[in-house]
Amino acid sequence: MGKPALIDEALGRVLYVDLTRKIYWVKDRSDLFLNFLGGTGVATQLLKEELRQEANPLGPDNVVVMAIGLFTGVYPTASKVVAMFKSPLTGNLGESHAGGRAPIAIRMAGFGAMVIKGASESPVYLSVHDGMAEFKDASALWGVRSSLTVGKVLREREPWPGLRSIMRIGRAGEAMVRYASVILETYRHFGRLGLGAVWGSKKLKAVVIGGKRTVPVADVSKYRKVYKELFDEITKSSIMQKYHDLGTSVNVLPLNKIGALPTRNLTSNLFEGAEEISGEAFAEYSLARRVACAHCPVACIHIAVIRERYPHEKYFFTTRYISYDYEPIYALGSMLGVRDREGLLRLIEEVETVGLDAMSTGIVLAWVTEAFKRGLVGEEETIVRPEWGDWRRYIEMVRYLITQPNNFYRTLALGVREVAVKYGGAEFALTYGGNEMPGYHTGPGAHVGYLIGLRHSHLDNAGYSVDQKYIGKQYPPPQTLVDELVEEESWRQVLSSLVTCFFARGVYKPATVSKALEPLGMKVGEEELKRLGVDIYKEKLKLKIALGYSLDNSELPRRVFETPSPFGRVSEDYVRDALKHYKEKVSRLLST
Amino acid sequence: MNVAAVSWVKLKRLVVTDPDLCVGCMTCMFTCSRRYVDAGLGYTAIYVRSVGGFERGFSVIVCRACKDPSCAKVCPTKALVLRRGGGVILNPNLCIGCGNCKAACPFGAVQWNVYVNKPVICTHCGYCVDYCPFGVLTLEEVDS
Repeated sequence: MGKPALIDEALGRVLYVDLTRKIYWVKDRSDLFLNFLGGTGVATQLLKEELRQEANPLGPDNVVVMAIGLFTGVYPTASKVVAMFKSPLTGNLGESHAGGRAPIAIRMAGFGAMVIKGASESPVYLSVHDGMAEFKDASALWGVRSSLTVGKVLREREPWPGLRSIMRIGRAGEAMVRYASVILETYRHFGRLGLGAVWGSKKLKAVVIGGKRTVPVADVSKYRKVYKELFDEITKSSIMQKYHDLGTSVNVLPLNKIGALPTRNLTSNLFEGAEEISGEAFAEYSLARRVACAHCPVACIHIAVIRERYPHEKYFFTTRYISYDYEPIYALGSMLGVRDREGLLRLIEEVETVGLDAMSTGIVLAWVTEAFKRGLVGEEETIVRPEWGDWRRYIEMVRYLITQPNNFYRTLALGVREVAVKYGGAEFALTYGGNEMPGYHTGPGAHVGYLIGLRHSHLDNAGYSVDQKYIGKQYPPPQTLVDELVEEESWRQVLSSLVTCFFARGVYKPATVSKALEPLGMKVGEEELKRLGVDIYKEKLKLKIALGYSLDNSELPRRVFETPSPFGRVSEDYVRDALKHYKEKVSRLLST
Repeated sequence: MNVAAVSWVKLKRLVVTDPDLCVGCMTCMFTCSRRYVDAGLGYTAIYVRSVGGFERGFSVIVCRACKDPSCAKVCPTKALVLRRGGGVILNPNLCIGCGNCKAACPFGAVQWNVYVNKPVICTHCGYCVDYCPFGVLTLEEVDS
């Protein structure tokens, strides 16, 4: 017996790119994919190998890993790619997931992961196809006003239309705004934790990758059978209905109804304009098209139309498109008191154009508005007078985040934690270890979840859905809550290693995953999978701690305890007990 | 005329009902490829691409089942024979992989199998239809 091998050997190929020396090489890392399935599991190991702990997040020694997994290109809704790096926003481990065409494109190009190191002296973009990586000059693309234009230009220049991904940064990334995003295709993102700034620091404007190939499986008839079962379950499940019909914006009204929709910098948990910016209203008045990530029949991406008359040309219109989701609606809508739907779409469009994370941007602008009203900052700093609901002023402020005309905007570009350190107002700076708040004020689970989640995402452990589960019931004690969150997050490490979209987590249960691995030549039992989830959780937590993460200096902003949640005010004692239990739990976990 | 196919089978062809229903999920492409063997997209006869950015929608390119197909006309070895109901059937033994068929199809509906260096020709089997949840693809009966 030889050592075990991947049926699809190409998945084990990792593309290493050195932007400083403009060279690339490929290594067989089947070992990692066999042990950790791909995605989060593999990216953690690659980052551990390549990244110096003390690396400057915006220096050439930061490393970006992008990884897909065993299910990519094989099963439906395996439509995500995992990026890991050192985050310039939190200063420790950054992890961000994106869809679009990228995961399929990476697999079709014949790789399982990419490792991007070094930094270029002048702007470049990478073109990966037909087994090679080309370094192309991007000087002329640097500074282009809209990230959408960059996509359009590269679309014409690069091969594999329809079978490729065009990932690029906007001017926010170039300016190294700490919460700049990387944009994929039209309107998908590596949104959180500042991957766009890291690319900007490396003078990496874009990565275009594509190809077409077969992915061998071990047992074809079994594979087809499992595929059909998964497909049927996904297309008949309620998530299909929910996310295909209204998309994630379906959440606006229910969250508002239970009093969990953060509004005007969380001074309120209810938004009087919720109806106007609800998924229902967008579908009725603005929805133009629904689209999907590659290999996902759910198609949750909702695209709205913006139709504008030119002021001086009576019969001249511009028709533009922009995608909307719950998160940008929350962050740039209710959080800023914006209820004008058209205005909200234009604000979302501006954020997309410059390439910022919508969530962080919304929280930052919400903080500015409150700080202005309280007199912590004046017009000298803000230049425009922020006012709840006035989207035009917010658009101007988004532009200042890029041009950074004064010290205030330069600080604002570092995130809400930094700006509150300098100007005060930490008690209403909605930050969790440096990352800005997601859109769920559902109760203790959400807030504890943001703090202890390994990538600070609301999707880490779904504290917000744990909260909603207990509405009208007895809320569990802190220990039970933490145990539940950690267990869920451990399992999600398996899903983000395979890499499937969390929206389909109800379909990809341990038994199903085990069954789906079999035709790929992998015999892994349910219990073994769960253990693997815990292992990956541990590996990632260790890496995160090594990179500087500590719960000791994590505190929830006061505002969280002041504004009632569906369970009334969140109790500080409860949160303190939960964090204490978490610390004990992980120290036990890490010592085993 | 050289017509291959069994006469008692009801003749069908694959048609795109409305590309505006397409969400670009590519599930049809994966399905078509899976019909042979393996996962991935290497053997797909279908090609879905955006018309220039996802927001503007998709082109869904499938074999049109032409009665008078360009691909067959330019085949130097007569490897593509007319199929009853439209389109062609590939005789791989005669095919020399010249690529004329791919170049000649004005719809770009001839895909290429790089592993054997021969075209991928749609057989109008309809396997993909079952995997399109949005009704973009359908099998249509054709007059013989």
